[in-house]
Amino acid sequence: MAALDLVTSMNVALYALGTVALGTALLYGFSRSVEGPRSAKDRLVTCVVCSAFALAMVPLVSLAWEVVRRGAERLDGQFFTWSLLGVVGEGGGAYHAIMGTLVITLLTTAISVPIGLMTAIYLVEYGRGRLKRAITFLVDVMTGIPSIVAGLFAYALFVVFFGPGVRMGLAGAVALSVLMIPVVVRSAEEVLKLVPNELREAAYALGVPKWRTVVKVVIPTAIAGLGTGVTLAIARVIGETAPLLVTVGIANATNVDPLDGRMATLPVYAYYQLTQPGVPPEFAIDRAWTAALVLIVLVMGLNLVARLISRLFAPTTGR
Amino acid sequence: MAKRIDVSDLNIYYGDFLAVEDVTVSIEPRSVTALIGPSGCGKSTFLRSINRMHEVLPGARVEGKIIMDGQDLYGPDVDPVAVRRQIGMVFQRPNPFPTMSIYDNVAAGLRLNNKKMRKSELDDLVERSLRGANLWTEVKDRLNRPGSGLSGGQQQRLCIARAIAVEPDVLLMDEPCSALDPISTLAIEDLMAELKDRFTIVIVTHNMQQAARVSEQTGFFNLSGVGQPGRLIEFNPTEKIFSNPDQKATEDYISGRFG
Repeated sequence: MAALDLVTSMNVALYALGTVALGTALLYGFSRSVEGPRSAKDRLVTCVVCSAFALAMVPLVSLAWEVVRRGAERLDGQFFTWSLLGVVGEGGGAYHAIMGTLVITLLTTAISVPIGLMTAIYLVEYGRGRLKRAITFLVDVMTGIPSIVAGLFAYALFVVFFGPGVRMGLAGAVALSVLMIPVVVRSAEEVLKLVPNELREAAYALGVPKWRTVVKVVIPTAIAGLGTGVTLAIARVIGETAPLLVTVGIANATNVDPLDGRMATLPVYAYYQLTQPGVPPEFAIDRAWTAALVLIVLVMGLNLVARLISRLFAPTTGR
Repeated sequence: MAKRIDVSDLNIYYGDFLAVEDVTVSIEPRSVTALIGPSGCGKSTFLRSINRMHEVLPGARVEGKIIMDGQDLYGPDVDPVAVRRQIGMVFQRPNPFPTMSIYDNVAAGLRLNNKKMRKSELDDLVERSLRGANLWTEVKDRLNRPGSGLSGGQQQRLCIARAIAVEPDVLLMDEPCSALDPISTLAIEDLMAELKDRFTIVIVTHNMQQAARVSEQTGFFNLSGVGQPGRLIEFNPTEKIFSNPDQKATEDYISGRFG
C-alpha cells in the first residue's frame, strides 16, 4: 500500500514536472514565432525562474504542513503542563523539555552575547593589524565548527572538573555558546560597521573619549540591528540537538537547575520520543511531532521578536 | 574665550606619506580665517590637525608645533580629548546623532561627558545655544522630535549649536556649506559673522566668494603635483588676497586661470 502510494505520488510529481517543461517549451516556440526572439527569451527565463521558486517552496510547504498536521494531534493543555514522569503510553507532555530549552537557551544567551558583542566592538572600533586578522579568521573557523564537535568540546571540558559521565545544563549552554558566539560576532560586526563614521567624529569633536563614544553613540545607533542579530542567533541554536545529546542528555522529570544533572530539551525530547517510543509507539511519536511543532513556533516567534526589535529601536527619521 | 593659535613648522603625515609640509601661520582670535585651495591640497587635513582630529585615522601624526595661548596642543602630557573640548568642529555633512532628539543633540556634549547639571540650567544652555545658532525660533516647538527630521540647513545649524554648547574657544568648520542650498548657506554665513565676537573661527571652503564675504584672513593652500605634499602658499588679509595677492599662484587660482 505504502509502495503504491509512493509510486502514484511519484507519478503525480513527474506529471507536474513534465507539464511545466512542455508548457515552457511550447510557450517559447510560440512566442518566438509571434513576438520575436527577445520576448521569447524573456518568457523562457520567467518560466524557469518561477519554476525554480515553486520547486524550492515544495519542501518548505510540505514540511510546514506535515508538522502542523501531525503536531496538532497532541497540541493540548496536557502537553504544556505535564512532564513524562511516570507516563507510560498515552498522555504526558513536554513541560520539562520546554522549561529545559528555555533555561539552557537563556544561559547560552547570557554567555554568548557579552563575549560576542565585545569581540565585535573590538574588531570594529579598536582592532587593527595582525591580531584583528587572527580573530576574524578564528571567528570564521568557529562558524564552521560542526555542532557535535562543540558538544564534545564542552563534554571534555566538564569531564575535567566533574569526572566522566557528567551531564548538566551548564555544559549544554557552553556547547551552544561555542556555536552562538561566532554568529553574534558576525552579525554585530556588520551592524557596527554600518554606523556612519561621521557620528563617531561628531562625538570626538565634542571632546568625548573613545570608549564613551562607543557606549553612548555607536551602540545606541546600532541597537536595533544588534537586537535583531542576537535574536536570530538564539533562533539558530535553539534547535540544536547533537551537542545537547552529548552534554545534557534527557530526563523524564522537570529539572530547571542547570548545575544539577540531566535536563530535558525540546530537540532531544523529540529525538528520543521518535527513536525510543516504547510500546505501543503511536503516543510517543505524536509527542515528538508536537515537540517539533512547538520548536518551530518558538523559532518563528523569535524571528517576529527580532523584526519587532528592529522596528521599535530603529532611529526615527520622521519630520 | 576666543584664543589665538600659532602654528609653526607643521608637517602632517599619514603613515610615511607627507600630506602637508611646513605650515607656519598665526590665527587671530575673534576673527574668521578662511582656508582655500584645490581639492587634496591638505587644507582639511591641516584643519583637523588643529583639534587633533586627524589622529583618529591610524598612522596619522604631525611634526612641529601648534600653540594656543601659550599651550602646546601636541605637548607630551596633553590629552587629545581635552584639546577637542576647547576646539570644536563642524563637518562638511550635517551629522546630528540620529538616536537623539533636537534637545538631546544640543545637550550631547555635556550629557556624553557625564557633566551633571540641573534641568533648568540645561534648558537655558540648550536655548542659548540654539539661539546662538539662529535655530531657536524654528525648532522651539519641537525640541523632542528627532534631529534627523530637520532640513539639511537646519541640521547643520543644529550641529553648530551642538558645537557651541560646550563653550569651546575655537570653532573649526570643514566646508560647512558645501551640502547646503544658497539660503541655508546665507543663514550660516550670517551666523559666522555673529559668532566671531565670541569664538575664533577657522573655515575651509571651496567657495571663494564665501571666503571673501566672511573672513578677515585667508590662507591659500596648493600642491605642486600629485603625491607631493600640500603647502601654505600665501596667508594675508582677505582683501589683499582677493585684490592684490603676493603670489602668482594665488592670483591664478582666484581668477580661475589655474593649472
